[in-house]
Parts: sequence; structure tokens; C-alpha cells
Amino acid sequence: MKVLVPIKRVVDYNVKVRPLNDESGVDLSNVKMSINPFCEIAVEEAVRLKEAGIASEIIAVTIGTQASQEQLRTALALGADRAVLIEVTENVEPLGIAKLLSKLCDQEKPELIILGKQAIDGDNNQTGQMLAALLGCSQATFASELKINDGVATVTREIDGGLQTITVNLPAVVTTDLRLNEPRYASLPNIMKAKKKELSVIDASSLGVDYASRLTTIKVELPPSRAAGVKVESVAELVNKLKNEAKVI
Amino acid sequence: MKVLVIAEHDNLSIKASTLNTVAAATSLGLPVDVMVLGSSCMNVANEAATISGISEVILVDDESMKNALAEEVVNNIFEVAKGYNHIFLPATTFGKNVMPRLSALLDVQPLSDIIEVIDSNTFKRPIYAGSCIATVKTEQPTIVATVRTTAFDPVKIGVSTVPITTIDSKNAMGISNFVSEELAKSDRPELTAADIIISGGRGMQSGDNFSLLEGIADKLGAAVGASRAAVDSGFVPNDYQVGQTGKIVAPNLYIAVGISGAIQHLAGMKDSKVIVAINKDEDAPIFQVADYGLVADLFTALPEFEALL
Repeated sequence: MKVLVPIKRVVDYNVKVRPLNDESGVDLSNVKMSINPFCEIAVEEAVRLKEAGIASEIIAVTIGTQASQEQLRTALALGADRAVLIEVTENVEPLGIAKLLSKLCDQEKPELIILGKQAIDGDNNQTGQMLAALLGCSQATFASELKINDGVATVTREIDGGLQTITVNLPAVVTTDLRLNEPRYASLPNIMKAKKKELSVIDASSLGVDYASRLTTIKVELPPSRAAGVKVESVAELVNKLKNEAKVI
Repeated sequence: MKVLVIAEHDNLSIKASTLNTVAAATSLGLPVDVMVLGSSCMNVANEAATISGISEVILVDDESMKNALAEEVVNNIFEVAKGYNHIFLPATTFGKNVMPRLSALLDVQPLSDIIEVIDSNTFKRPIYAGSCIATVKTEQPTIVATVRTTAFDPVKIGVSTVPITTIDSKNAMGISNFVSEELAKSDRPELTAADIIISGGRGMQSGDNFSLLEGIADKLGAAVGASRAAVDSGFVPNDYQVGQTGKIVAPNLYIAVGISGAIQHLAGMKDSKVIVAINKDEDAPIFQVADYGLVADLFTALPEFEALL
């Protein structure tokens, strides 16, 4: 079974981003970039499927600039077999990403597509569901457990009220939640090996889809800040303040 | 120009998230219809028909809608959606699962998690775990969005009644199947609807120690939540999680106990009216957003707190 793992290069989760002074966007100069944490979980899950003898080949793919090769190499070091960069020069929105990925799926015909439920930059949580729609296949979002058996994936999903288990016919799109697995660290030999693995580059414009932006960001600003609070000295003072000052209990 | 809201429900009653979503929809100043997709859910449709400010309820009642599988639900919304300029869903796991699938079929780039309606095609939404707020405009003829429920006060329900139009369901796609659900059962209020929330983090040290929070929660009529660290450590189930990837809450009082205050957790609770932090590390970032901070060992502070209530 061929598994496709779309990944994204994002600002590292430890970085606290700020708007640019002119509020035209987010200040991304000199910030550390990493593979999106949910994407890392997706790669790990694919590697585990391969180790279990279920997946035969893992293809990592991203849509981005040449700089995104760094994150593809990370995926290769974690255990992906080869990588594809769909090269663009501009920012592509989730709908455009899903269209480009669906074209790649037409070529590669993966039976399973595993990707992160959301990227921690735009926090959109859209691409996986959109890709499933464009492929006309089933979707299992927010997965915390995945089992594959006879052309069917059994997926436990993290939903607001608790956990839901569904089965989806393959091919299917699965999006990962935090507790699906704990990704491994790439070992030094695997990082070295990853440098020799195949990484092909496709020009996005050659795929024949419209991925132009549909949204315009007018402004990016800081959220309203909270006024500084006070430190209380004791539990008694805290309860007193909550009762008589804040009047919330 | 009219607006379609997809109702969230459990086939028995409307979920509160629907009322927040209708609030965002009515703020556009356009007629709002509510679509109910479910199985044996006439009660839900009748209840939806009493939501304040709407024009019509559209009902699809079929066995295939029972578990709100995205493939089946979207298949039934798609044709209806074409008659609307705006389609809003709550930004809950239900809405997040369904909305992008619908959008892609409509060839629309949607907006996730809107927190403010500026005008009929301009909205505000948080990005980077709420570190920044983006104002986003679109000229697309159809606008699809999920609505952050805490950002809009719910509309009233049970005031008057609007007509219900029942439409036939599509043939089931049958490419996905419901197996089972493990829903948390609790006598306490739901996290997203609670007036008061008391949450524990890694500092709680074990799941058993959450009983210290539960005692206080029961006295205050509060819900119990947790940080990702506490959920990942297996102290409590995933549905307790408050944060960027968990639930977004904004109660009147949020009490964070043994929670350091990572940006990902703050993203889920910093719009709470009053925030209390109890932590033994006086440098914990949670104190920067807390209205009242208590530097103390939670194992002595919590029993004392409960005794004083």
C-alpha cells in the first residue's frame, strides 16, 4: 500500500510571532522554521505502518518554495522513502493546496493519505477534508488511533464529547490529532541516509490547476492584551477577592 | 442574499454552538435559514424552528444522517448550499470536519474560526494560536466559515416558530461507517457552556489528584478542564483539553491549577472574563494573563480553597 504524507514548513511552535509594524502580515524574518508538529505525527504514523508491513512506500510531499526541501529531508530522515516538492513562489491557500495534492494523487494513486489536522501557522484545519472532497473519497479527521485491515481503515477520532470510532473505505484521507503517536527523533545515520534519498521537484504551474488566492489579508494585529493582574498572598484572600471584588463566585 | 447555518445537534436537541453560530449569521443583516440533518430528529427541527431571528428551517431526516458522517452530511448540504451566499457552521469538531469538505465541492476557500463580522465579506480570525488576529476579506460569491462560538453571544430560543421545509435525502455514499462512540458522561456542565471552569495541568501529577479539582468544581457548579500536558500524561481524557487544538472556552471564571501557561493553552482560555492561576512557580507565564495569581503548592491550596467555599 502506497501512503502519501503531505507536510508543511511552519514557524517553530516555540516561536512567539508578532505582527509587522505596518500590520501587513506576520514578522517572519529570522524565525526558526520547522515541520508542522501534526505533520510530524503523520510521517511517524506512516513509518509505523511500513514497519508493520502494511505500507509499502511512503511519499512525503509539500507545496512551498525551495526552502521547504529542509522539511522534506526531515520527513525522509524519519523514514519516508522519497519526497516531492511542488514548487511555488507565493503563499498558497488550503483550497489551492488540496487541488495541487489531488493532481499528485492522480499520478501517484496512494491508497492512504495521512496529514496533520491543522498547521500551527494559519490554524485552518481544512486541507485534509478538502483533499478528500476533491478525490471523492472518505475522510477520518482528528485521528487518535489508526488500524488498516482488508482495504478498510478503522479510525478513532477525537471529538468534542469524547472519542468516536469509524471505518472508512480506502482510498481515504486521515488527519492526525496529537495523541495518535509520539514521533521518534531522526538518528544521525538516518539523517545522512536521507540526503541520498530521491527528492523530485514539480513546478506547480505544470499541474494545470487554479491555485490563486481567494482571500486578502487586510491587517494582522495583536489581540487585545489583558490588564496586569495582582498576586494574592493566601487562599483566603483569593476567595475574598473572587467573592467581593470580581463577584464571580 | 441569504445565510445558511448548519445546525449541530445529537438527534435529540440543538447544541448551544448552533445558537452562537446563528448569532454570527444574523449579524450580517441578511435572512438566515437553519439546516438540520439527522435521523429521527423531528424534535431538533421543531426546536430549531424557535431560534430567534431566523426565517426557515430545512430538514433532512434520514437514517444515513444519524452519526453526522462528513461524507453523507456534505452530500446533502451541497445542492441546498448553492442557493446561499453565506454558509456558517460552528467551529466545533462537527463543523471543522464538515465545513472544508463542503467548501472544496463548492470551489470556495473558506474561513476557519471567525471571531468578528466586519461586513458581509470581511471577518476577523485568530492565527498562530491567537498570537495575532487577521482581518480577512474575500470577493468570492459564496462565503463559507466556521464560527468561534465563544466570540458570539447565543441568540434566544423558544420565542416564536418559523416554517420547517423537509427535503429528501440523497442516496447514501456508503464509503464510511460509524462503529462506536465513547462520550464522557458527567453531571457537571460542558466545558464550552460552563460559567466557571477549573483546569489542571502537569502540576496535578496524576489523574487521581484531579479529585482535588472535582471537589471544588462541584461546590462552584464548575466544569473541569485540563492542559494538553495533563491529557498527554494520561491524567484525564482528551475531551478535557483546553487550548489551540482542544476546546476554546471563555467562562466568567477560569481557574488554572498547576498549568504553566504555554501559548497553546492560553489560546484556548485567554478570553475568559476572570482568570485565576495557582502555581508554585512564580515565574510561570500563566501569571501574565491571570487577574489573580496565587503562588502556592496546589496540594495545600486546593483543600483550603474547597473548605472556604
